[in-house]
Amino acid sequence: MGPTSTGIGNRKLGMWTFIGSECMLFGTLIATFLIYRGRNVVGPYPRELLNIPFITVTTFVLLMSSLMMVLALAAVQRDDMRGAKIWLFMTGFLGLIFLGGQVFEFNHFVHEGLPLSRNLFSSTFFVLTGTHGAHVAGGALWMGTMFTHAAQGKLDSNHSETVEIAGLYWHFVDVVWIVLFTLIYLLE
Amino acid sequence: MTQEAGHTHPSSRFYVVIALTLAVLTAMEVMVFYVEALAPVLVPVLLVLMSVKFALVAMFFMHLRFDNKLLTGVFVWGLFIAIGIILILMAIFGKLAG
Repeated sequence: MGPTSTGIGNRKLGMWTFIGSECMLFGTLIATFLIYRGRNVVGPYPRELLNIPFITVTTFVLLMSSLMMVLALAAVQRDDMRGAKIWLFMTGFLGLIFLGGQVFEFNHFVHEGLPLSRNLFSSTFFVLTGTHGAHVAGGALWMGTMFTHAAQGKLDSNHSETVEIAGLYWHFVDVVWIVLFTLIYLLE
Repeated sequence: MTQEAGHTHPSSRFYVVIALTLAVLTAMEVMVFYVEALAPVLVPVLLVLMSVKFALVAMFFMHLRFDNKLLTGVFVWGLFIAIGIILILMAIFGKLAG
């Protein structure tokens, strides 16, 4: 990396700028969800369908994936590539488990008579959590790519910024879920 | 704490402690949700717990605590606008009046 006027790598600053813009994207989706909350004129209503214990488990899985990610970065920085491969794999794997939980939840809602266009809750819920899920899917794909690079010997401590940038994205997806878990499920 | 590439990075054990703290805070959130006696303070308690979890991940997992302050500024600015959008739209649609 060459010197920059800010002293920060351009790719890293770019990722943080992207994350700042993503805050605004999720801000508008969260605002829409909150505005339309409690204004359903037809059921089923969220209280009848939301499964708090199940979502708590998937939330825990996503939180632990963040731990795996930060351990992967620490391993790359000390050139422990065996550890890096394990933690990168686990990050993506836990992300996929979270996604599986989301698919299960969506499927359950649809079977209970709550498709996307049923009422205001379903429209805002599916769009908001679906957008987050798409971000998780993109992150899991990114983890898979980095794991493949690590397995091929193309990743070492000289590429730690690459892993750090992917980690920033993954942790952002995690903090967004921290907010969504509280606002959608617990403050319902 | 260890020194790598000119930055201070916490040890792996520190990250595990942060993750366990996040898990405990999540368990507390769910517990608060189910305790009927806490219903009057449910919203502020959950918002505080959520904010603490958010800050822990941003500060330690995303390294904002140790990184250049410009990065914190870029993130907080986006966050500030997002919170502004949420509060203004909720006020316009009468959702802040209770």
